[in-house]
Amino acid sequence: MDMFNAIVQVLDSTIRLSVPLLLACLAGLYSERAGIFDIGLEGKMLVGAFAGASAAAVFHSALIGLGTAVLISVAFALVHGFASITHRGNQIVSGVAINFIAAGSTIILGQAWFQQGGRTPALQPGERFEAITWPGADAVKDVPVIGPIYGELISGHSILVYFAFAMVPFTWWVLFRTRFGLRMRAVGENPAAVDTAGISVAWLRYRALICTGILTGVAGAYLSMVQNGGFVKDMTAGKGYIALAALIFAKWKPVNAMFACLLFGFLDAAAIRLQGSPLPIIGKVPVQFMQALPYVLTVVLLAGFIGKAIPPRAGGVPYVKER
Amino acid sequence: MAQAAIELIGINKSFGAVRANRDINLEVARGTIHGIVGENGAGKSTLMSILYGFYQADSGEIRVGGKPVSINTSNDAIALGIGMVHQHFMLVDNFTVLENVILGAENDVLLKSSIAKARSELDRLEREYGLEVDPDAVIEELPVGLQQRVEILKALYRGAEILILDEPTGVLTPAEADHLFRILKQLKDQGKTIVLITHKLREIMAITDTVSVMRQGTMVATRVTKETTVGELAELMVGRRVLLRVEKGQSEAGAVKLSVKNLTVKDSRGVTMVDNVSFDVRGGEIVGIAGVAGNGQSELLEAISGIRHAVSGEVMLDGKPIDLTGKADPGELRDRGLAHVPEDRHHVGLVLAFEENENSILGYHDDERYLKGPFLDVDAIMADAKDKIEKYDIRPGNPRLKTANFSGGNQQKIVLAREMEQDPGVLIVGQPTRGVDVGAIEFIHKRLIAMRDQGKAVLVVSVELDEIRSLSDRILVMFAGRVVGERGPDATEGELGLLMAGVEHQEAAE
Repeated sequence: MDMFNAIVQVLDSTIRLSVPLLLACLAGLYSERAGIFDIGLEGKMLVGAFAGASAAAVFHSALIGLGTAVLISVAFALVHGFASITHRGNQIVSGVAINFIAAGSTIILGQAWFQQGGRTPALQPGERFEAITWPGADAVKDVPVIGPIYGELISGHSILVYFAFAMVPFTWWVLFRTRFGLRMRAVGENPAAVDTAGISVAWLRYRALICTGILTGVAGAYLSMVQNGGFVKDMTAGKGYIALAALIFAKWKPVNAMFACLLFGFLDAAAIRLQGSPLPIIGKVPVQFMQALPYVLTVVLLAGFIGKAIPPRAGGVPYVKER
Repeated sequence: MAQAAIELIGINKSFGAVRANRDINLEVARGTIHGIVGENGAGKSTLMSILYGFYQADSGEIRVGGKPVSINTSNDAIALGIGMVHQHFMLVDNFTVLENVILGAENDVLLKSSIAKARSELDRLEREYGLEVDPDAVIEELPVGLQQRVEILKALYRGAEILILDEPTGVLTPAEADHLFRILKQLKDQGKTIVLITHKLREIMAITDTVSVMRQGTMVATRVTKETTVGELAELMVGRRVLLRVEKGQSEAGAVKLSVKNLTVKDSRGVTMVDNVSFDVRGGEIVGIAGVAGNGQSELLEAISGIRHAVSGEVMLDGKPIDLTGKADPGELRDRGLAHVPEDRHHVGLVLAFEENENSILGYHDDERYLKGPFLDVDAIMADAKDKIEKYDIRPGNPRLKTANFSGGNQQKIVLAREMEQDPGVLIVGQPTRGVDVGAIEFIHKRLIAMRDQGKAVLVVSVELDEIRSLSDRILVMFAGRVVGERGPDATEGELGLLMAGVEHQEAAE
């Protein structure tokens, strides 16, 4: 039974750790499907996290925090759009620039506004998104097997967790069942076809980037307002890049993206769980090794196990009308 | 005369200093097929792009159905019933036919009703015009002929009454082209107006009712097709009389210079692209390899020039074998007298960002003539480049100009000059005149024949049947990686066309 409880706990933290990856990964899916590479997911999450925690602390409202996170993140997405769509700049350079601006400005503004070494004030109850307990969760708590699964795995997460997982079928539906999705997929493959069909390539790509901004904003808010009770500098810690890796791993498909993010989340959760506890046969493993494991596996998986991942064909290429 | 479907009056369009269209007037009668011919860069595509709303004219008036209209976007053109089939298809390769057809013409926010409507509409168009295509097929899995049909369906689905086709037969086999022409005639019979842009005069004669000729951005003449000749049109296009078939004497074939035996090449997916091919090329003859693009000619060329790995077989240059592992040193092959003009000059033949003089010695830059100690001898290179510019009439004649700024024909001349002036024993040329205009074609053909007359062995691969027939002393036809026939220079187009389509081959196999 101990073993079972341990597994449930690892799976529970898998879900919690997957959420920011999943939101960022879906965010990347919108922009890359539209043909805009977005290496700036990391930066947008970071400004979202900072803006969310700051606004929540100042206005004492989790919802205002979330709204601000989304707003600022979308603004950064539009900057990326302005550079790479309107001015046809290099998308990688623009994305890297956004990451730098995000890393620097959050610390400077945090210090200037709150004088806590770049942190934002610790969020009080009401300023954070609280866990939602599903009906009957307490009642079944002591029932074996079902109790922990329903009580811990399914119930007891914040609204943003459910939002993230609901976004998976929603994104699939948008992509494959709506006009916007059809056009977005087309513009990522062959923008000239979209242009000659009488649709504005630029406006379509801007809309995709707005979707990206909204999702990275929510991802940031999750980091600083759910997982943590405030903003800490560089708190995204490379999650934006892992999300990009997951996106490739998922071959730019929403349901695959969910499984990829759950896998990465699981590796993370397992690494935390196994820290310091001796493994059978091998014995005690250094903490650093366990921490490195998700990254090692990322490399191995991406290098050999997923077959050929074909990105959207027009990805990274600014659209210029040909003569 | 029937009412005009389109009238263009005094259209001007400039790109920077280049005047692509000058004071163009054009009238296309409803229910006719109107051809527009001209050399590359004559302004045909620009004119049609203005009509389709891709560009805006600097001045001038467009009338559709007698009414003056302003066409600012492709949407405006579509709303006026103008549809366009572009030279490079505007299709999303990994979409289905249905998805491509509805893209931009969806009913509402959700796709469901659009797909249902498109399915029944495609069914109707299929019955009416014989435009058969599986609506659920993915574009990249369809042959180009069918992809083009999807483009036509796209236009018709949007209610096009006027259909513009830009160089529609460039990628088609003769049989596919004939099928296309049948479809176009049927569309005409149903009252549609068709504008056909091409540089192939044979097609103009075969299918159009009237024809307009463009030259250097101006409209030089409009003729009723029945009352004109290929010769007159060609003259109007280039402004002087051209030789459509270059004069050449009898070949005097000498010793075998290049010998290919049982050559087999597979591509990276393991698909056999060249299948057990054998032939010889003798000094003093031009051997032409005909075939529809993609039947192994490219791979054959690459294997012979040592770029691509061959699975089996051997290639002898002057009696000595060439390394076929794909690791042959191109420099060594050049030293042994093998010159190669690659099919794709932009990616393989030239560095477009380099100056002309640099490209004119590329690959031979280790030659002592161009070196002064360990350094490049700039004076010698410039003198050499100027010499080639003069001999090959490369325009503009500035060796310092960036190669990207030369026209396609002149870029090709740069590559040809570089390879021919090395005085090779064997010259291998892929698509000698792809994207090259009529004047330059004649020049390049004369040069190739001069090489032959000097006793060189020349191997030409081209998808242009006219070119193969005009140049070759012997014609080999490739189909599905195999040489399916050898013919003399007097072989008819129909005969070669059947071989290229694999018809005779399949019959023989049955």
